[in-house]
Amino acid sequence: MEELLNQVFAGLATGGIYASLALALVMIYQATQLVNFAQGEMAMFSTYIAWALIQTGVPYWATFFLTVVFSFLLGVAIQYLLLQRIRGQPVLALVVVFIGLLVIFNSLAGWIFTYTIKVFPSPFPAEPPFGQHYVSAHELGATAVTLVLIALLWAFFRFTSLGLAMRAVAQNPVSSRLVGIRVSQMLALGWGLAAAIGSIAGMMAAPIVFLDPNMMSGILLYAFAAALLGGIDSPGGAVFGGFLVGVLENLLGAFVVGNALKLVFALVIIVGVLLVRPSGIFGSVHVTRV
Amino acid sequence: MRVLHGINFGLAPGSVTALLGANGAGKTTTLRALCALVRSQGQITFDGQRIDRLATEDIVRLGIAHVPDGRGTFTHLTTEENLRLGAYVRHDKGEVAADVERVYGYFPRLKERRRQQAGTLSGGEQQMLALARALMLRPRLLLLDEPSFGLAPLLVQEFFKILGQINRSEGVGVLLVEQNAAIALELADHAYVIETGRIVLAGRTDEIKRNEAVRASYLGC
Amino acid sequence: MGTDIMSPIGSWRVFALAALIALACLLPFFISSYHVFQLTLVLVYAIALLGLNILTGYNGQISLGHGAFYAIGAYAAAILMDRFGVPYWLTVPVAGVLCLVVGFLFGLPALRLEGLYLALATFALGVSMPQLLKYKPFEPWTGGVQGIVIVKPDPPWHLPISPDQWLYFFVLAIAGAMFLLAWNLLRGRIGRALVAIRDHPIAASAMGVNTAMYKSLAFGVSAMYTGIAGALGAIAVQFVAPDSFTILLSISLFVGIVVGGLGSIGGALFGALFIEFVPNFAGQISKAAPWAIYGVFLIGLIFVMPMGINWAIRLGWARITSRRRTASAQ
Repeated sequence: MEELLNQVFAGLATGGIYASLALALVMIYQATQLVNFAQGEMAMFSTYIAWALIQTGVPYWATFFLTVVFSFLLGVAIQYLLLQRIRGQPVLALVVVFIGLLVIFNSLAGWIFTYTIKVFPSPFPAEPPFGQHYVSAHELGATAVTLVLIALLWAFFRFTSLGLAMRAVAQNPVSSRLVGIRVSQMLALGWGLAAAIGSIAGMMAAPIVFLDPNMMSGILLYAFAAALLGGIDSPGGAVFGGFLVGVLENLLGAFVVGNALKLVFALVIIVGVLLVRPSGIFGSVHVTRV
Repeated sequence: MRVLHGINFGLAPGSVTALLGANGAGKTTTLRALCALVRSQGQITFDGQRIDRLATEDIVRLGIAHVPDGRGTFTHLTTEENLRLGAYVRHDKGEVAADVERVYGYFPRLKERRRQQAGTLSGGEQQMLALARALMLRPRLLLLDEPSFGLAPLLVQEFFKILGQINRSEGVGVLLVEQNAAIALELADHAYVIETGRIVLAGRTDEIKRNEAVRASYLGC
Repeated sequence: MGTDIMSPIGSWRVFALAALIALACLLPFFISSYHVFQLTLVLVYAIALLGLNILTGYNGQISLGHGAFYAIGAYAAAILMDRFGVPYWLTVPVAGVLCLVVGFLFGLPALRLEGLYLALATFALGVSMPQLLKYKPFEPWTGGVQGIVIVKPDPPWHLPISPDQWLYFFVLAIAGAMFLLAWNLLRGRIGRALVAIRDHPIAASAMGVNTAMYKSLAFGVSAMYTGIAGALGAIAVQFVAPDSFTILLSISLFVGIVVGGLGSIGGALFGALFIEFVPNFAGQISKAAPWAIYGVFLIGLIFVMPMGINWAIRLGWARITSRRRTASAQ
């Protein structure tokens, strides 16, 4: 029983990380109908920037804030400098660019920071809270951060003019132009937000998986699985999918399959969802065309 | 693909002008060209300012509101969110709430459905929503593309009555593209008839209505 | 083809090809064994890239996981040689047939996935492949994390050449056959059908092209090529281990076809040279440098192509079919 609870809470914590990254993926998908293969590497790179700031003595939460801002700007830059120029090109060209970004961020991190594994601090205390031993402080904290993030995003999209404009652009770009919304600005905003969310996911993941240039590829796969499972165009679905995948991964890993096939598990979810119900649990998109 | 071959016309401020013609004549394309949704060659002047090289988003900021064919409502957003978007470019945010009420004054049915998803509204209500959203801009010129399309005759009458009210009380100019020539000519001061990308007839509505060719082809009498 | 040899462009091409083949045959006797080994790998990659090109360039199905088929071919060869004592030259066709079947089977569900989603699914395959290879219950065959070591074959009939040189010629002969096969397949009806399915899928099926069959076959043939390359690669490197077949291999293959040219057969050779030698040279600067270069090339090529990626594909395609067109125009 104790083991079960341990796994569930650990699953919720990693699930929060998957949910955050899945949210970033869904945000970009909603705005552009594109899957950002480079999301994981961008998040990893941002986490390295955070690490560098911490090394120079900047306190954790200041680093957190600066990293989020930096990532936002990075996302905006990518949209304006790269993606805006290739809008309308066929899917293959876009995939090439995304893979190019993936590879560049991975190699930049390796080049600048080397491939040796680094320790990344957690802002939460080392001892488990309230003297219990089902969930560590970091797991609880990371879950809380994820939930706060989701709440903030929800409020942003629901109550602000900018959030409304972004939703409009995602649904109907032509009508959006007719009310004067500058579509490329909204796309840049979307990319910036997605990159910022990714950086938070990275900073929450790094204390658990340790910082190295390849740390996010498995997590990205899980985020894909979560986003597809929840519905690639549904932010709520992405969050639900993330937590579900996190808990399932841990439970299956601990009690059924063992940890050796975790990535294959993600593969099975991805292929399964795409074949059986491409729109996911909460989504409404027709993923396959005629 | 070149659709228009030399369109030349002007609008008097605050007037209602109808653009008539059969399907595929180029009426919708003309409206789209005015808002830079399609590329065009030539000059377009609005209130003394050339706008033909501007982007759609900037043309909107000059006070031109386009109600596209198919209505272009944001179907997954609520009625009220659609209206708020209509006022997106305005700087006087304080007035927006008052304008929402004013617009509900013209379209009481929309007020009943303010929190409903726009996609669940009937065709007639969506058309009204599209016009209402355009009004939220406080436009100086309204471009309407086939507003009567797919609407029952009673609804069409109601819609055009309100449109006339708006034109008179707010002084908003209207450029109206319509296949339903009869109802368009009821409202319009001036009319142009387009055939295969060219203007073939122009003048004041009373003249147009008396024109034999128009009566035969478009008014069915 | 008779009329083409008469035309000046045609005869130039034939001459260039003959010169290239002659060079390829003579080179191993003038360079070190390590360089022979490198050239062998170039040929191996060229076969793999040819396979990927058939699927992605000609048929428009994006695969980011072709390293998986390479791995299957490689492990098939290694297991057959090491566990069952099968002679090396027999493992190659076996690996080919195995991957043809596996690829075709994979192509069936892939029929339901378009563009980005197929890329996503194959990406997932590529990322998870090492885990499958390391899986404990498979260890008696796969050798687990340590992998399998293979013995390099000796030249047959007591030929007076080194094992490296023999292997090179063996691979060269197979590569030549594979290129010829691809050239024949693609310039004819099958190639046209594949391209039609890529560009106008609805029209193609309306005209009676069995889209599903062609697409699954394209997957199968593509996997077969890459599987054969994998088997040859394993024999050349004398070693297979799970971490040789990560997503980075799939990405390398992808880079290879993009850089080499998506619509051309000859481009496979150029792409193979790129992905063999860039890591070699740039890897001396830093472990990260080759990937940075790949990334810059990928993004740069998309921006530099004047009329987009489809133009580049069509250009390559036109080069292959132009012979036939000029012949039939006369």
